[in-house]
Amino acid sequence: MSSAAALGKRPFAPTVIGLGTLFIFIALVEVLIRIGVINRFIVPMPSQIAMSFGRVITEEDIFGRFRLTFFEALSAGALIALFGVSIGILLYRVNLLRLACETWVAALASAPSVLMYPLFLVIFGRSAMTIIMMGFVAGLPPVILKTLEGLSGTRRVLINVGRTFKLGPSQMFIKILFPSALPTIFVGLRLGLIFTLINVVGVEFLINFGGLGQLINDLAERYDLPGTYAAICFVILVSVCFFIITERVERWLRPVE
Amino acid sequence: MAEAGRVTQPAAPRLWAHPVTQVRIAIILTILVGWEVLAQSGLLYRDVVPSLGKIGLAIVKLLSDPDYYWNLGVTAGEIGVGLAIGGITGLVAGIMLGANRLLRRSFEPYLYYLGPTPKIIFFPIMIMWFGVGPGSKIAMGVISCFFPVALSAAAGMQQIDKVLIRVGHSFRANAWQMAMKIYLPAMRHPIINGVRLGLGVALIGTLLAETKLSNRGIGFLIIQAYSLFDMPRMYAMLIVLFILSIGANAVVGRLGGLHNIRRN
Repeated sequence: MSSAAALGKRPFAPTVIGLGTLFIFIALVEVLIRIGVINRFIVPMPSQIAMSFGRVITEEDIFGRFRLTFFEALSAGALIALFGVSIGILLYRVNLLRLACETWVAALASAPSVLMYPLFLVIFGRSAMTIIMMGFVAGLPPVILKTLEGLSGTRRVLINVGRTFKLGPSQMFIKILFPSALPTIFVGLRLGLIFTLINVVGVEFLINFGGLGQLINDLAERYDLPGTYAAICFVILVSVCFFIITERVERWLRPVE
Repeated sequence: MAEAGRVTQPAAPRLWAHPVTQVRIAIILTILVGWEVLAQSGLLYRDVVPSLGKIGLAIVKLLSDPDYYWNLGVTAGEIGVGLAIGGITGLVAGIMLGANRLLRRSFEPYLYYLGPTPKIIFFPIMIMWFGVGPGSKIAMGVISCFFPVALSAAAGMQQIDKVLIRVGHSFRANAWQMAMKIYLPAMRHPIINGVRLGLGVALIGTLLAETKLSNRGIGFLIIQAYSLFDMPRMYAMLIVLFILSIGANAVVGRLGGLHNIRRN
């Protein structure tokens, strides 16, 4: 057995290799900056970035900004849940409408809707409403499509059980269709929330308004390089945590195969 | 005489007579009429919702403006170079991760979790590294499309039929021959899907970077129209851009034979 194959069987080996490579890379960048190979006015030293975390957290009110970004993403998330699931149910119920609109919704999902932000700026002004609406527009299509997919994918045997119990249309929906579609609907909600978060932070950065996105823009405009890198690391950390949490919830909701 | 024995087939129903088409036409008409009523009502500030005539005129003007095509060329070039660099590096990274279990388990989580982060936040760094010119926009395209291509390629490597790999080894194929004759043809479907996803995000990354800081390209034209409050031109540019991006996505899928793969 080769040494790589043997190493691969150890449970902690991949984590150690991954983190080890990351630390070696950071140390290498630190050394290259110190000996002048990399210009320190373009790339700050990782040690400087690490030290500026405390300053960014205290002086730039990072938790207040996080709350604002979270509120915007949550508001947009509530809107996509409300409208996305409702439109998905409507399309499921009215087959003609579904046949007419499903491809449009799919096309909308692949369209670069975030580029409409100047238009939303004109309509809603430079405010949190623009950011929320941009998040809403970006997150809506996957929720509609996945709601439709979940409801259409309900197993025939479950529907037959409902019919055996002589359930009415609303009972059939509440007791059979919706619970059966819930895991797929949550997949759509998760995708929608990811798109929403990406757009919320992105538009905050672009219009220089709001929470974490604006912080990065502010620090970059002040040429505070360690602070800019630290803020970017913080945003990456937040989005990774958000991604992991929603993924865990999705796994928890998914039926055992 | 030969005509006499021919069976007359019923005429195919006209497309517009199909109920789905009728519903689509009804929806489009409702939106257009609602838009025009809103434009004429004066409920919103003047020109926030321009009339359909003004938008139509702006589209005609835009499409007959040579300056627009020059800027479109700049943006297309940036996206193309970004897609090429990000796509090739993503493909190589994906193949490496997919081919080696230890590498995959060590590094794939980083790609998987970094993939959905908002890439536009890296723009200040890209400006520092590559300047305010096209370099930083290309870099945005590269980091945007690297992740979907790498993840699709890594997933594609996992789905390759083991028999094909054994056939390659039986013929004593070297690494290059394995990649060109076995891996890439077998991974065609996930790679095309990755490139389609990559194209979409590279387009967004590049255009957003242009709206933030640039003096050329479609993103710059859009933000310029916003600054001048030339709303019909802005609507026209967004409509044309949406059509172009959806069309480009469809062309990539068709050129890569995605429809044939699905049928098979």
